[in-house]
Amino acid sequence: MDIDIDLPTCIQARFKSETGEETGSPLDLPLNITKDQLSLICNALLQEEDKPFLFFVNETEIITTLKDALDCNKLNSEVVVDIIYQQQAVFKVRPVTRCTSSIPGHAEAVISTNFSPCGKHLASGSGDTTVRFWDINTQTPLHVCKGHTNWVLCISWSPDGLKLASACKQGRIMLWDPITGNQVGKTMIGHKQWITALAWEPYLRNPECRKLASSSKDGDCRIWDTLTGNTILNLSGHSKAVTGVKWGGTGLIYTSSQDRTIKVWRAEDGILCRTLEGHAHWVNTMALSTDYILRTGPFHPILDKKDPSDDKKILQQRALERYEQTCQQNSERLVSGSDDFTLFLWIPEKEKRPLARMTGHQQLINDVKFSPDSRVIASASFDKSVKLWEAATGKFITTLRGHVQAVYMVAWSADSRLLLSSSADSTLKVWNMKTKKLELDLPGHADEVYAVDWSPDGAYVASGGKDKVLKLWQH
Amino acid sequence: MPQNEYIERHQKLYGRRLDYEERKRKREAREPHKRAEKARKLRGIKAKIYNKERRNEKIQMKKKIKAHEEKNVRQNTEKVSEGALPVYLLDRDVQNRAKVLSNMIKQKRKEKAGKWDVPIPKVRAQADAEVFKVLKSGKSKRKAWKRMVTKVTFVGENFTRKPPKFERFIRPMALRFKKAHVTHPELKATFCLPIIGVKKNPSSQMYTSLGVITKGTVIEVNISELGLVTQAGKVVWGKYAQVTNNPENDGVINAILLV
Repeated sequence: MDIDIDLPTCIQARFKSETGEETGSPLDLPLNITKDQLSLICNALLQEEDKPFLFFVNETEIITTLKDALDCNKLNSEVVVDIIYQQQAVFKVRPVTRCTSSIPGHAEAVISTNFSPCGKHLASGSGDTTVRFWDINTQTPLHVCKGHTNWVLCISWSPDGLKLASACKQGRIMLWDPITGNQVGKTMIGHKQWITALAWEPYLRNPECRKLASSSKDGDCRIWDTLTGNTILNLSGHSKAVTGVKWGGTGLIYTSSQDRTIKVWRAEDGILCRTLEGHAHWVNTMALSTDYILRTGPFHPILDKKDPSDDKKILQQRALERYEQTCQQNSERLVSGSDDFTLFLWIPEKEKRPLARMTGHQQLINDVKFSPDSRVIASASFDKSVKLWEAATGKFITTLRGHVQAVYMVAWSADSRLLLSSSADSTLKVWNMKTKKLELDLPGHADEVYAVDWSPDGAYVASGGKDKVLKLWQH
Repeated sequence: MPQNEYIERHQKLYGRRLDYEERKRKREAREPHKRAEKARKLRGIKAKIYNKERRNEKIQMKKKIKAHEEKNVRQNTEKVSEGALPVYLLDRDVQNRAKVLSNMIKQKRKEKAGKWDVPIPKVRAQADAEVFKVLKSGKSKRKAWKRMVTKVTFVGENFTRKPPKFERFIRPMALRFKKAHVTHPELKATFCLPIIGVKKNPSSQMYTSLGVITKGTVIEVNISELGLVTQAGKVVWGKYAQVTNNPENDGVINAILLV
């Protein structure tokens, strides 16, 4: 007897959002329906216009047709299939392909680069004790800010983009005006050793941009009033060097430390809320699922260019709306990477226990970042690889191999479709998140690439390294 | 001789004279004048001794002042050290490694011409008689066409000896080397690296093909463990180095990497 199992041509399916809400009633869909056709139906159901979607069936992505994603042997035509849709960014960032300019100027290695939240300004800090501002449009040096007495280790733009904070190895923090290049206010002195990270109070909490948090090697985290230049609070509790500080959107400050813990503080009064324990070695880096939203604040790369506003109330309202939109599904999540080769995923607002422990790296983890749509986590490690993880569950997605030496930093494009990694092997690499493969190799630096940043609107990439030049990359 | 600390006791009990401080200040102010007068008055050997003593005293004084001044300056400016590192590398002991900065095209051109800027530009030519020892062969040792190399050689891994009848050159096992101590001139560090081949022996083309390593020979070494990277982000595998010692005398090969 010849048994030929006939596959049904149609199945019952229904669309569900990421959070599990059903959209419309179950439909009869042909099995050979393509992804484009699915997105047409989905757009019609949601009454949207031409929005790009990703579709998943049983946690596998539909790449060509529905039939390919379904497991045909286990297919039960009686059961309604859930198709989960994820909306993607409406705009597309084109991958950077060429170095448009390499600007010399710094006399020592470039340690940090950062674009302003609105993407109009670029600053870099270097081992020659200066902070430099660069003109993006003409790609030339703009201002040289002298004032620090040692290496400028970290720089951070205020959320309104009107000030830049820089911190040096001697533990001093200075503020600069990007328009004139002059120092603003007093030098903030207090830390006894070098400063490891800076974090401004988010725009949605306070549009004045007065408060700044800094973490230091001496084990303290200080909150400064930048107008007076005084310390408001000194968050001491870590027994070893603090490696990073993040200011969350709900008014919590997170500090990671080499004493293997992450501490959660309330920003108003400096009370320790909880201590997150789990790592077995130094905690090197942290990332918030809302990092991109908090960074761009009221400056959405697409929408706000059409409709600029100067009113701080309106801007704050915009930032708040956007924050709530991302945190709708689940509250702020934190991921931390450590010297014990693992990552932990936390919900620091709610509990002390980790949501997931992500293992797989074979060397210490140096950098970790959430994608701007906070669906994927990318982690860079000294084992020469970048790994991708699902942000909701911490499930391993894939490994991106290609670098021949330690990967130092990663940066996401604004639409979450591209990832950039910088490495000690003097190259940058662009990875495509759709194919999970190498998109482009960007050689050009003569030495290790220490710092890389993708502008919030996705048009430029700036990178700096040991070869003392700052390079700008464009499509 | 005083039998007790009676002066101190008296001072404790009754205090000092009321004009003590004043008298002291005046005495001290007079001191240089007195000294000068003494120096002027003294004659002969006494003057010599006194002046010498005074000179030494002055030298010590000046030294002390200078030291204090330096100390004050040092407090003000802490020197900015070179080789800036980002925050995430500050607590790790990172090896200071220089990268291959030289232009790859330039290097290729040099390679073609067979010329390099070498640390030892001129070496003594090695005569054939010095490098080769004549081996007599045949039943009555009449034939003298066999040669034994008396210098250090590099022999590739896949080399097999010819049958003795055809083997003109013998490279003794004891003088075959596989590794060299290569110094990176920028890192100022030395690594024991495997040799890949002999690129050029300046004395003779024949020595090059035989793999003879003498002072001034350019050898190719495997530097992949140094972790040097080209500008395109590929690991550099082979690089040239020049031998700086006489390996046949020392029993090791020392070389300088040609960056």
